[in-house]
Amino acid sequence: MSNDADDLFLIEARQLAESLEAGLLDMKSRPEDRTLVDSVFRDLHTLKGSGAMFGHTALATFLHDFETAFDAVREGRFAVTAALIDLGLRACDHAVTLLEGGEAAPGQALLAELTALISGGDAPAAAPAEEGAAPEEGAGSGDWQMAFRLAADCLVLGARPQVLLDELRALGATDLNPDFDALPTLIDLEPDRLYIGWRLRLPGHVTEAEIREVFLFNEEDLRLELTREPAGPPPEVEAATAPPAAGPVAMAAAPTPPAAPPRERTMMRVPAERLDEMMNRVGELVIAEARLAELVARTGDAQLVAVAEEIQRLATGMRETTMSIRMTPIDSITSRFRRLIHDLNGALGKSILFEVEGEETELDKTVIELLADPLMHLIRNSADHGLELPEVRRAAGKPEAGTIRLSARYSGAEVVITLADDGRGLDVGRIRARAEERGLVAPEAELDEQATLALILQPGFSTAETVTELSGRGVGMDVVKRTVEQLRGTIEVESVPGQGTRIHMRLPLTLAIIDGLLVEIAGERYTIPLAAVEHIIELPEEHAKRGDGSRFLNIRDQLVPFLRMRELLGSEGPPAPFQKVVVATAGELRVGLTVDRIIGSSQTVIKQLSPLHSTLKTFSGATVLGDGSVALILDVPQLVAFGQIRDSMEAA
Amino acid sequence: MMAGQDTRRPRSARGDTTMVTLSLGGELVGIPTGILREVIEPGTITRVPNASAFCGGLFNVRGAVVPLTDLRIPLRMRISPPTEETRILVLDVVLDGTPAVVGILAEEVHEVTEVSGASLEEVPTVGARWPRHFVEAIGRKGDRFFLIPDLDAIFSEHLSSSEAVVALHA
Repeated sequence: MSNDADDLFLIEARQLAESLEAGLLDMKSRPEDRTLVDSVFRDLHTLKGSGAMFGHTALATFLHDFETAFDAVREGRFAVTAALIDLGLRACDHAVTLLEGGEAAPGQALLAELTALISGGDAPAAAPAEEGAAPEEGAGSGDWQMAFRLAADCLVLGARPQVLLDELRALGATDLNPDFDALPTLIDLEPDRLYIGWRLRLPGHVTEAEIREVFLFNEEDLRLELTREPAGPPPEVEAATAPPAAGPVAMAAAPTPPAAPPRERTMMRVPAERLDEMMNRVGELVIAEARLAELVARTGDAQLVAVAEEIQRLATGMRETTMSIRMTPIDSITSRFRRLIHDLNGALGKSILFEVEGEETELDKTVIELLADPLMHLIRNSADHGLELPEVRRAAGKPEAGTIRLSARYSGAEVVITLADDGRGLDVGRIRARAEERGLVAPEAELDEQATLALILQPGFSTAETVTELSGRGVGMDVVKRTVEQLRGTIEVESVPGQGTRIHMRLPLTLAIIDGLLVEIAGERYTIPLAAVEHIIELPEEHAKRGDGSRFLNIRDQLVPFLRMRELLGSEGPPAPFQKVVVATAGELRVGLTVDRIIGSSQTVIKQLSPLHSTLKTFSGATVLGDGSVALILDVPQLVAFGQIRDSMEAA
Repeated sequence: MMAGQDTRRPRSARGDTTMVTLSLGGELVGIPTGILREVIEPGTITRVPNASAFCGGLFNVRGAVVPLTDLRIPLRMRISPPTEETRILVLDVVLDGTPAVVGILAEEVHEVTEVSGASLEEVPTVGARWPRHFVEAIGRKGDRFFLIPDLDAIFSEHLSSSEAVVALHA
């Protein structure tokens, strides 16, 4: 039990640290934004609070001091500067180190630096306010009268009123008295219930938000009465829900949207493996449902059909919900990249801007997780090798600051993630030379530009003349390629000398279940991902003959290459009289696939092919059909590419 | 699944071990029961177009898609069409460093038999019809000999040769 709680704390603490980091990084671009300052403060506070609750005293002490210092920022006594953000980030790192049981010592240096920074600034010379020292400062409004009562069962759930009281005292609470009104007679008293409430007085400069923050973990069934005494000079009337008044802030002119009430939506954290398990179960359910549907169709019993349809509807809903649970927006990993860029900015002597587009694009969580490291590597590569030094850029007539842009967008059943930089671009000649030197390509081999660029993805290739601190660590480009391919995706390199490099990664939305179009070719069944299917037409009579040499179909005045699947799959027997063409797309390209018969659409649980079959590029996986047999899933991007290659070979 | 069995193939068939014997190409072959999950009747086998004859099919074992392999190809044995007696042995093996499930075709499955280390013999250097590096040892039961294939060697050779094909195409 306590172990579980500890684990949960660690998970939550890491997330808080991440949120803190993201907040600090956002602050860099919007230093005037009060809500950001508040959110950073809140994260600090929560992390401190739960740290103390779970016995991480080193962490709590460090953060407490840091929070106190940061308070100066929140009160507007110190403006947000780059130095402050940098310090904040390092403090955040230190907090993570502490969480992992690291040394507490470096914290002192950080705190000293922070104190020096804050007191050295143009702020009123006040040293960072120690707790309790604050009350005299800004008693602008009347003191608070407060009475509160926690949920009766809160003790069982782990609340510690003592900690709350300590926090309130830290805010300057006085006249703290218990309220025994609800205390039952001894005979009714249950030892694990809390019957006591408290009344107290808080100094007027404390904001309501600060008070409510104390109860962040005890909001459930909390009864809190809060009234201001009208004693203060400006008689403020605060509605219970009013956001904290902006206070004496230098940047008061900036619009200050009210801080969003923390945790409005109920969230739940679930171990990832449970999601995986759930997905597997749903997969089995979908297969079983398909079998049921097939059996029921054979009996033709109307009542059974109705039930089977109901189950199908439920299974589809179940599948969609489960998949949506697993979908994660790209922005869940972009903060890491922001941090990386922040660090690289200092380390490389280059000025780098980082832009993200389509952060809300969602991908299966497995895909996102596996993608984080390759993207880190690509970004590091761009910063290290792609972007030039400021002088060089200026000489080339480019802005001194280089830009690295990460963008994500949907394209059919795929997501295209592009990492682009506006650096010097790739040197095709040098790549070629290096590849020959490394024995990756024969000197006499003829390669077009695209193929040459793709060489940088080969194992054993590295163009960096010197291995820098940055590029030396971590994965190589071949690992990036392998990861993308593992995810059933493709990777492509594009580069314009002097203008920059783009790396496109196409990835499937999900790895688990897709809608498939079941087709029959020579008595064998295959599945085509429905999202890739554009339309289906009848194969025109003039192309139907086997010996017909034509390779293109005229579809709505566009020439579309088509593949005779019977030939490609080595099928036997004569084709069916009325063949169909399934027109499938991958990106902007299309290909027609001839099939004998369309069976229908069905939910397809994707099963990976065994490594024994990993060389077969025509198939992206297999699935189990309703009758228990196995059908292969056609890999549309590969088939499209094949159609293109064949045409260019024939054109040559 | 056979309860509690080690999912990895025993390092060597040298010690005392139980084997299941089956017929392939008219010869007797032994597979350690430690890696045997189950023996099933061949249901619908899905042909895998353009795959090598060694692993040209896929079948479904309780919702899992499993490749079907034919040891007669690497062992250079006579191929005969399937009969009533044809079975599939579902095995736990290691492919490319990861545990995997594969099926192997058996013309007929005979019995489970105890084999002591003493009745295992080295592969003779002469007179063997099959590629020596694919055979781990020769077992003897009474007056009958049976061949114990080196599945690790067979699968890894297939994996590396298919990688070579990819390299050519790339």
